[in-house]
Amino acid sequence: MTNDLRYTKDHEWVRLTDGTGRIGITDHAQQQLGDVVFVELPKVGDAVTSGGRFGTVESVKAVSELFSPVTGTVTAVNDELQKKPESVNADPYGSAWMIEVQVKDPAEVAALMSAGEYDAFVKSGH
Amino acid sequence: MLLKTPLHAQHTGAGARMAPFGGWDMPIDYSGGGLGVIKEHLAVRSNAGLFDVSHMGEVDIVGPGALAFLQRVTSNDVARLQDGHAQYSALPMPNGAPVDDIIVYRFNAERYLLVVNASNRAKDVAWLQAQGPAGCELNDRSDEFALLALQGPKAASILQGLASSDLASIGYYKFTTGMVSGLSATIARTGYTGEDGFEIMVPSADAPALWDALMSAGAGDGLVPAGLGARDTLRLEAKMCLYGNDIDETTTLVEAGLGWIVCVEPHKGDFSGRAVLAEQKARGPARKLVGFEMKERGIARHGYPVLVGGSPVSVVTSGSMAPFLGKNIGLAYVPAAHAAVGSALGIEIRGASVLAEIVKTPFYKRAR
Repeated sequence: MTNDLRYTKDHEWVRLTDGTGRIGITDHAQQQLGDVVFVELPKVGDAVTSGGRFGTVESVKAVSELFSPVTGTVTAVNDELQKKPESVNADPYGSAWMIEVQVKDPAEVAALMSAGEYDAFVKSGH
Repeated sequence: MLLKTPLHAQHTGAGARMAPFGGWDMPIDYSGGGLGVIKEHLAVRSNAGLFDVSHMGEVDIVGPGALAFLQRVTSNDVARLQDGHAQYSALPMPNGAPVDDIIVYRFNAERYLLVVNASNRAKDVAWLQAQGPAGCELNDRSDEFALLALQGPKAASILQGLASSDLASIGYYKFTTGMVSGLSATIARTGYTGEDGFEIMVPSADAPALWDALMSAGAGDGLVPAGLGARDTLRLEAKMCLYGNDIDETTTLVEAGLGWIVCVEPHKGDFSGRAVLAEQKARGPARKLVGFEMKERGIARHGYPVLVGGSPVSVVTSGSMAPFLGKNIGLAYVPAAHAAVGSALGIEIRGASVLAEIVKTPFYKRAR
């Protein structure tokens, strides 16, 4: 877990920098999934909404929907994950970021869980 | 309540991710121990993996009428078995579809053992009792035994170091009783991975000692514990059917490509499902279980619609990324007229039709 991130109950993280939110899935999420073998992401220019589906991540055994922590417009997509989906397991907070979004309302980010809150959320069995 | 195998502590100790399967708390993979489905799968293809399959059921059929009873309730020719022979078979219903797929072991002329799927165990025993066993007794001995599967090209050399029997003398689908690491065991050259390997049955109390001895013996050969996740991807690459996915009470054995375990020769006599199966063997089934490979990006999953010419014809019965082949593969029933290798299929993934092609199976076949 990383302190400058905010977290959702669906196990995504977002890092807000100058109005742009970089989004990925948490270490807990990748552990639950197991070996990630497929990632499907939106295109630059697509609209995403807070709590809305923006893609899919699949391990050998499981299919999991990705839900956006924020509302906004996709400004960048990590296409490397198509070729190297396994980096989601290796580096979920770093090289395996998924999309960047021009965030419409930064207050949405502030309302998400802090690292400590997310940690407690996971330990409570989620 | 979830049942635990006698090896539960071995699994948690090795970092297993546990999940319910057929009423049992089973290891899916050992990701907490630095492994995972892909690593475990590849280890079985290149070295060896050890699986706990103690959730499987064991049913004894004992008595002078055992052979006649088994000829009546199973699809394969039990008369072909000699002592120490095993046989893949099924318990067909009158519609030609299996109550379960099983392995029949002949210990002697009056004692056979059926190994059955965990989730079907109670159903199988009830079904067999309902067929009226005559001159033999049926005993569900599942709770007495643990079953370990040691699979992979190095399985034989690892096991030989601990076994009193000469394993070279145990051919494919043969078995013997002997000692492994000082424990009395039934050692069968069978498996569900497409590799050489053994399934070893011991009294439940001996299972932890056997597991630990095998893991130690194989440490230098790259032996890893392997979970049900790898077991499923391994068997799919080898196109072995999984009951509840690829076969069930609505799919006949011939449709599933299991005509080779159906004996309709006169000497076997009549058995449940014979008429339907003989007819389908002679004329060909209306639909067939085929293997396909994804030609566009996407992973087919159990239950996804299968399209022929844009129209839905069935659903995917098994689908996964295949770790050894590095392809996305699956199984589905398609109309016989559209079952030729090279035919195009659409797999509906999240609302979109994704191109797949019927390919030769098994997807993977080991070099012998």
